[in-house]
Amino acid sequence: MSTAKTLTFLLMDAPYESANSTTALRIIDAAIRKGYHVNVTAYEGAVAYTYGLQKPHQNPIKGTTVEQEKHPNTKDWVAALIKAAQGRGLKLDWLRCGMCEDERGLYENQIAGTRPGSPVDFYKQQVEPADNALVIPCR
Amino acid sequence: MAKYLLIESRDPYEWNDVSYFYDLAHGLAREGHDVTLFLVQNGVLPARKSPRSGRLADLAQGGVKIAADDFSLRERGIAVEALAPGVRPSKIDAVVDLMGEGARALWH
Repeated sequence: MSTAKTLTFLLMDAPYESANSTTALRIIDAAIRKGYHVNVTAYEGAVAYTYGLQKPHQNPIKGTTVEQEKHPNTKDWVAALIKAAQGRGLKLDWLRCGMCEDERGLYENQIAGTRPGSPVDFYKQQVEPADNALVIPCR
Repeated sequence: MAKYLLIESRDPYEWNDVSYFYDLAHGLAREGHDVTLFLVQNGVLPARKSPRSGRLADLAQGGVKIAADDFSLRERGIAVEALAPGVRPSKIDAVVDLMGEGARALWH
Protein backbone atom coordinates (compact mmCIF):
# COMPACT_ATOMS: atom_id res chain seq x y z
CA MET A 1 0.00 0.00 0.00
CA SER A 2 1.29 3.43 -0.91
CA THR A 3 2.51 5.57 1.95
CA ALA A 4 2.29 8.77 -0.07
CA LYS A 5 0.48 11.66 1.53
CA THR A 6 -2.81 12.93 0.13
CA LEU A 7 -3.72 16.53 -0.67
CA THR A 8 -7.28 17.62 -1.37
CA PHE A 9 -8.45 20.59 -3.40
CA LEU A 10 -11.87 22.14 -3.89
CA LEU A 11 -12.22 24.08 -7.14
CA MET A 12 -15.12 26.42 -7.82
CA ASP A 13 -14.32 28.55 -10.86
CA ALA A 14 -15.57 27.58 -14.29
CA PRO A 15 -12.75 27.01 -16.77
CA TYR A 16 -11.77 29.79 -19.20
CA GLU A 17 -12.99 32.51 -16.80
CA SER A 18 -10.35 32.92 -14.14
CA ALA A 19 -6.62 32.49 -13.71
CA ASN A 20 -7.58 30.35 -10.71
CA SER A 21 -8.18 27.44 -13.10
CA THR A 22 -4.66 27.52 -14.47
CA THR A 23 -3.12 27.93 -11.03
CA ALA A 24 -5.19 25.09 -9.60
CA LEU A 25 -4.08 22.73 -12.35
CA ARG A 26 -0.46 23.82 -11.87
CA ILE A 27 -0.67 23.03 -8.14
CA ILE A 28 -2.25 19.63 -8.83
CA ASP A 29 0.45 18.91 -11.42
CA ALA A 30 3.15 19.82 -8.89
CA ALA A 31 1.56 17.60 -6.26
CA ILE A 32 1.56 14.60 -8.60
CA ARG A 33 5.14 15.29 -9.70
CA LYS A 34 6.13 15.36 -6.04
CA GLY A 35 4.48 12.01 -5.33
CA TYR A 36 1.25 12.96 -3.59
CA HIS A 37 -2.11 11.33 -4.02
CA VAL A 38 -4.56 14.07 -4.98
CA ASN A 39 -8.27 14.47 -4.39
CA VAL A 40 -10.22 17.10 -6.27
CA THR A 41 -13.82 18.13 -5.96
CA ALA A 42 -15.06 20.26 -8.82
CA TYR A 43 -17.86 22.38 -7.42
CA GLU A 44 -20.22 24.86 -9.08
CA GLY A 45 -18.85 25.97 -12.46
CA ALA A 46 -15.74 23.85 -12.04
CA VAL A 47 -17.73 20.78 -13.12
CA ALA A 48 -17.10 22.04 -16.67
CA TYR A 49 -13.36 21.35 -16.43
CA THR A 50 -14.01 17.78 -17.48
CA TYR A 51 -16.91 18.25 -19.88
CA GLY A 52 -15.98 16.02 -22.78
CA LEU A 53 -17.44 18.01 -25.66
CA GLN A 54 -14.96 20.89 -25.31
CA LYS A 55 -13.24 21.46 -28.62
CA PRO A 56 -10.17 23.43 -29.65
CA HIS A 57 -11.00 26.15 -32.13
CA GLN A 58 -9.50 28.16 -34.94
CA ASN A 59 -9.22 31.93 -34.68
CA PRO A 60 -10.69 33.58 -37.76
CA ILE A 61 -9.68 37.05 -36.53
CA LYS A 62 -6.01 36.09 -36.53
CA GLY A 63 -6.45 33.73 -39.46
CA THR A 64 -5.08 30.74 -37.56
CA THR A 65 -6.18 27.14 -37.97
CA VAL A 66 -7.10 24.77 -35.16
CA GLU A 67 -3.61 23.28 -35.37
CA GLN A 68 -1.87 26.66 -35.32
CA GLU A 69 -4.02 27.97 -32.50
CA LYS A 70 -3.23 25.00 -30.21
CA HIS A 71 -6.14 26.03 -28.03
CA PRO A 72 -5.93 24.20 -24.72
CA ASN A 73 -8.98 22.47 -23.29
CA THR A 74 -9.19 21.73 -19.58
CA LYS A 75 -10.66 18.28 -20.22
CA ASP A 76 -7.38 17.32 -21.90
CA TRP A 77 -5.30 18.77 -19.07
CA VAL A 78 -7.29 16.85 -16.47
CA ALA A 79 -7.07 13.64 -18.51
CA ALA A 80 -3.30 14.15 -18.72
CA LEU A 81 -3.08 14.66 -14.96
CA ILE A 82 -5.06 11.47 -14.32
CA LYS A 83 -2.71 9.60 -16.65
CA ALA A 84 0.37 11.16 -15.01
CA ALA A 85 -0.84 10.07 -11.57
CA GLN A 86 -1.54 6.54 -12.77
CA GLY A 87 1.91 6.39 -14.35
CA ARG A 88 3.46 7.16 -10.96
CA GLY A 89 1.29 4.70 -9.06
CA LEU A 90 -0.66 7.56 -7.51
CA LYS A 91 -4.36 8.34 -7.31
CA LEU A 92 -6.06 11.42 -8.68
CA ASP A 93 -9.64 11.16 -7.52
CA TRP A 94 -11.61 13.77 -9.50
CA LEU A 95 -15.10 14.15 -8.06
CA ARG A 96 -17.71 16.30 -9.81
CA CYS A 97 -20.54 17.85 -7.80
CA GLY A 98 -23.58 16.02 -9.12
CA MET A 99 -26.08 18.72 -8.30
CA CYS A 100 -23.86 21.34 -9.91
CA GLU A 101 -23.60 19.43 -13.17
CA ASP A 102 -27.33 18.67 -13.14
CA GLU A 103 -28.06 22.39 -12.87
CA ARG A 104 -25.77 23.12 -15.78
CA GLY A 105 -26.76 20.21 -17.99
CA LEU A 106 -23.24 18.83 -17.79
CA TYR A 107 -24.04 15.43 -16.31
CA GLU A 108 -23.40 13.60 -19.59
CA ASN A 109 -20.26 13.42 -21.69
CA GLN A 110 -17.88 13.80 -18.77
CA ILE A 111 -14.42 12.35 -19.34
CA ALA A 112 -13.43 8.92 -18.04
CA GLY A 113 -11.66 8.69 -14.73
CA THR A 114 -13.90 11.23 -13.02
CA ARG A 115 -17.00 10.55 -10.97
CA PRO A 116 -20.09 12.36 -9.71
CA GLY A 117 -20.52 12.95 -5.99
CA SER A 118 -21.80 15.31 -3.35
CA PRO A 119 -20.41 17.87 -0.92
CA VAL A 120 -20.76 15.15 1.74
CA ASP A 121 -18.53 12.87 -0.35
CA PHE A 122 -16.05 15.72 -0.60
CA TYR A 123 -15.86 15.99 3.17
CA LYS A 124 -16.14 12.32 4.16
CA GLN A 125 -14.13 10.76 1.33
CA GLN A 126 -11.67 13.47 0.45
CA VAL A 127 -11.11 15.90 3.32
CA GLU A 128 -11.26 13.67 6.40
CA PRO A 129 -8.75 11.09 5.16
CA ALA A 130 -6.41 13.65 3.56
CA ASP A 131 -3.26 15.12 5.06
CA ASN A 132 -4.21 18.64 4.02
CA ALA A 133 -6.80 20.53 2.01
CA LEU A 134 -7.12 23.81 0.15
CA VAL A 135 -10.27 25.52 -1.03
CA ILE A 136 -9.82 27.74 -4.09
CA PRO A 137 -13.00 29.82 -4.01
CA CYS A 138 -14.50 31.86 -6.81
CA ARG A 139 -14.80 35.63 -6.38
CA MET B 1 3.58 27.43 16.85
CA ALA B 2 1.53 26.59 13.79
CA LYS B 3 2.52 26.88 10.17
CA TYR B 4 0.34 28.96 7.87
CA LEU B 5 0.26 29.31 4.09
CA LEU B 6 -1.67 32.37 2.96
CA ILE B 7 -2.13 32.50 -0.81
CA GLU B 8 -2.94 35.95 -2.19
CA SER B 9 -4.21 35.92 -5.78
CA ARG B 10 -5.68 39.41 -5.89
CA ASP B 11 -4.28 42.76 -6.89
CA PRO B 12 -4.31 45.30 -4.02
CA TYR B 13 -4.81 48.12 -6.53
CA GLU B 14 -8.17 46.56 -7.41
CA TRP B 15 -9.25 44.83 -4.18
CA ASN B 16 -9.10 46.74 -0.92
CA ASP B 17 -9.64 43.57 1.08
CA VAL B 18 -6.13 42.43 0.19
CA SER B 19 -4.93 44.63 3.05
CA TYR B 20 -7.01 42.53 5.47
CA PHE B 21 -5.23 39.40 4.25
CA TYR B 22 -1.90 41.14 4.81
CA ASP B 23 -3.13 42.07 8.29
CA LEU B 24 -3.92 38.42 8.97
CA ALA B 25 -0.41 37.40 7.91
CA HIS B 26 1.10 40.12 10.09
CA GLY B 27 -1.02 39.19 13.10
CA LEU B 28 -0.22 35.49 12.85
CA ALA B 29 3.49 36.19 12.57
CA ARG B 30 3.33 38.62 15.49
CA GLU B 31 1.84 35.83 17.61
CA GLY B 32 4.81 33.64 16.80
CA HIS B 33 3.44 31.47 13.98
CA ASP B 34 5.43 30.46 10.92
CA VAL B 35 3.70 32.35 8.11
CA THR B 36 4.31 32.25 4.37
CA LEU B 37 2.48 34.72 2.15
CA PHE B 38 2.49 33.23 -1.35
CA LEU B 39 1.66 35.75 -4.07
CA VAL B 40 0.15 34.38 -7.27
CA GLN B 41 -1.68 35.70 -10.35
CA ASN B 42 -2.38 39.44 -9.94
CA GLY B 43 -1.31 39.09 -6.33
CA VAL B 44 2.29 39.45 -7.53
CA LEU B 45 1.77 43.00 -8.86
CA PRO B 46 2.80 44.76 -5.61
CA ALA B 47 5.91 42.58 -5.49
CA ARG B 48 7.47 44.98 -7.97
CA LYS B 49 9.01 47.96 -6.17
CA SER B 50 6.20 50.50 -6.00
CA PRO B 51 4.27 52.59 -3.47
CA ARG B 52 2.27 49.46 -2.56
CA SER B 53 5.28 47.22 -2.11
CA GLY B 54 6.18 48.98 1.13
CA ARG B 55 3.50 46.97 2.87
CA LEU B 56 5.16 43.74 1.76
CA ALA B 57 8.49 44.98 3.05
CA ASP B 58 6.83 45.71 6.41
CA LEU B 59 5.43 42.18 6.51
CA ALA B 60 8.84 40.73 5.77
CA GLN B 61 10.31 42.84 8.57
CA GLY B 62 7.61 41.40 10.81
CA GLY B 63 8.71 37.85 10.11
CA VAL B 64 6.38 36.87 7.26
CA LYS B 65 8.09 34.90 4.50
CA ILE B 66 6.94 36.32 1.18
CA ALA B 67 7.15 34.26 -2.00
CA ALA B 68 6.03 35.32 -5.47
CA ASP B 69 5.06 32.70 -8.04
CA ASP B 70 7.72 32.82 -10.76
CA PHE B 71 5.23 31.94 -13.53
CA SER B 72 2.93 34.83 -12.50
CA LEU B 73 5.93 37.17 -12.40
CA ARG B 74 7.02 36.17 -15.92
CA GLU B 75 3.47 36.53 -17.26
CA ARG B 76 3.44 40.12 -16.01
CA GLY B 77 6.96 41.04 -17.10
CA ILE B 78 8.24 41.49 -13.54
CA ALA B 79 11.94 40.74 -13.38
CA VAL B 80 13.44 39.17 -10.29
CA GLU B 81 15.74 42.19 -10.04
CA ALA B 82 12.68 44.44 -9.74
CA LEU B 83 11.24 42.67 -6.70
CA ALA B 84 10.70 44.61 -3.51
CA PRO B 85 12.88 43.89 -0.48
CA GLY B 86 11.80 40.77 1.34
CA VAL B 87 10.09 39.16 -1.66
CA ARG B 88 11.67 36.12 -3.26
CA PRO B 89 10.59 34.31 -6.42
CA SER B 90 9.28 30.80 -5.93
CA LYS B 91 7.97 27.88 -7.92
CA ILE B 92 4.38 26.76 -7.43
CA ASP B 93 5.88 23.61 -5.89
CA ALA B 94 6.31 25.60 -2.68
CA VAL B 95 2.54 25.47 -2.17
CA VAL B 96 2.64 21.69 -2.31
CA ASP B 97 5.69 21.49 -0.07
CA LEU B 98 4.08 23.64 2.62
CA MET B 99 0.79 21.75 2.42
CA GLY B 100 2.73 18.50 2.70
CA GLU B 101 4.34 19.87 5.86
CA GLY B 102 0.89 20.48 7.31
CA ALA B 103 0.62 24.24 6.86
CA ARG B 104 -2.88 25.57 7.29
CA ALA B 105 -3.66 26.87 3.83
CA LEU B 106 -5.94 29.78 2.99
CA TRP B 107 -6.64 31.19 -0.47
CA HIS B 108 -7.73 34.76 -1.09
